[in-house]
Amino acid sequence: MTNDILIGLVLDEQSLLTVSELCGACQVQTEWIVELVEEGILQPSGQETDHWLFSGTSLQRARTVRRLQRDLGINIAGAALALDLMDENDSLRAKLLR
Amino acid sequence: MEYKDYYKIMALDKDATQVDVKKAYRKLARKYHPDVSKDVDAEQKFKEVNEAYQVLKDKEKRASYDQLGANWQAGQDFNPPPGWDAGYEFSGAGKGGFSGTDSASFSDFFESLFGQNSTGFNPQQTNQRRRDRSGYSVKGEDHHAKVLIDLEDAFKGAVREISLQSPKVDTRGHVSLEKRTLKVKIPKGVKQGQQIRLSGQGEPSTTGGINGDLYLELEFKTHDYFTAEGHDLYFTLPVAPWEAALGPKIKIPTPGGTIELKIPPDSASGNKLRLKGRGIPAKAPGDLYVVLQISLPPADNQKAKEFYQKMAQQLAFDPRANMEV
Repeated sequence: MTNDILIGLVLDEQSLLTVSELCGACQVQTEWIVELVEEGILQPSGQETDHWLFSGTSLQRARTVRRLQRDLGINIAGAALALDLMDENDSLRAKLLR
Repeated sequence: MEYKDYYKIMALDKDATQVDVKKAYRKLARKYHPDVSKDVDAEQKFKEVNEAYQVLKDKEKRASYDQLGANWQAGQDFNPPPGWDAGYEFSGAGKGGFSGTDSASFSDFFESLFGQNSTGFNPQQTNQRRRDRSGYSVKGEDHHAKVLIDLEDAFKGAVREISLQSPKVDTRGHVSLEKRTLKVKIPKGVKQGQQIRLSGQGEPSTTGGINGDLYLELEFKTHDYFTAEGHDLYFTLPVAPWEAALGPKIKIPTPGGTIELKIPPDSASGNKLRLKGRGIPAKAPGDLYVVLQISLPPADNQKAKEFYQKMAQQLAFDPRANMEV
């Protein structure tokens, strides 16, 4: 092992990912990302697909959809619904704590 | 090594049809899927179900598993009988488990029966496919790993040593697990579930391209006192009835160190105090919410009983004043 301390990029709302970075990290083709954008699951900035930029938190969403698809056989529209419900669940749970 | 009862894990009879197997898997997967379930054991249970499904959905694997006999009990010490799998050829190519790269997470029992490479992970194949498509050098594959950190790490920042296991394919096509250790800076202000990208720390390219990246997902270890919600923290503070009533200053732990907290007089159980900016540091730092929980002294001795009797006699207090009884 090396003794170098690795400093990574924190993928938060401010950091930006390109389409190809997102594709690589999710091990998918661009077409799949396009479907997610069309379904409103991801909201990139920029007009043309090649110039899309995604917030760092998009990666988590995209990977969740990927897992739901693979493990539960859910289609993209269903995964979008599941994501919305999960978000709602989280905010309700947070309200319970508050 | 423990024997695994895959039928029991999936709540199936031994004569279940392949349709039943798939149905049972979908049902259990929805219940325990780590993205969906809040069950603390969800990930573990999901892995078990997934492992059971990898075997039972595959006619060849199921047949050879059944061949072990019905006399085994879950958890019983198990060694595969010599030559047990002779004559079976696994066509494999099942899809991987929860996170793709964690084919290493199947049980020893599974590995001893079906080997490490029977979960469908085949990096060579993937790279081959990529090469065919593009015709020029491609970047190595990106990898993902989960890292457990302490809540305090998000406050002060830290350097964590992480050990990773990733499958490596040698020149003869055999797959083995390679261990490596990395030192990674955990920056101040990270949240639960935060992702960090380490460029070039993923899989090397097999075609002369650049290395893949390594994505880390940070997960907080369960803390004795605090739970995190984004950058906010919640803390349930036990107080004595007289503290809630009289409102003294008391010392409380916070991840940033001990502080003195003024309890508002006449506080009720469940009241929340917001300590602005005392949550996880960030550009917009989180808040620390202190939830008061009044603990009653037990009336298990004469002195305590006398105190309670005195209160009953001298305080005009009826908690059921609004009820018609």
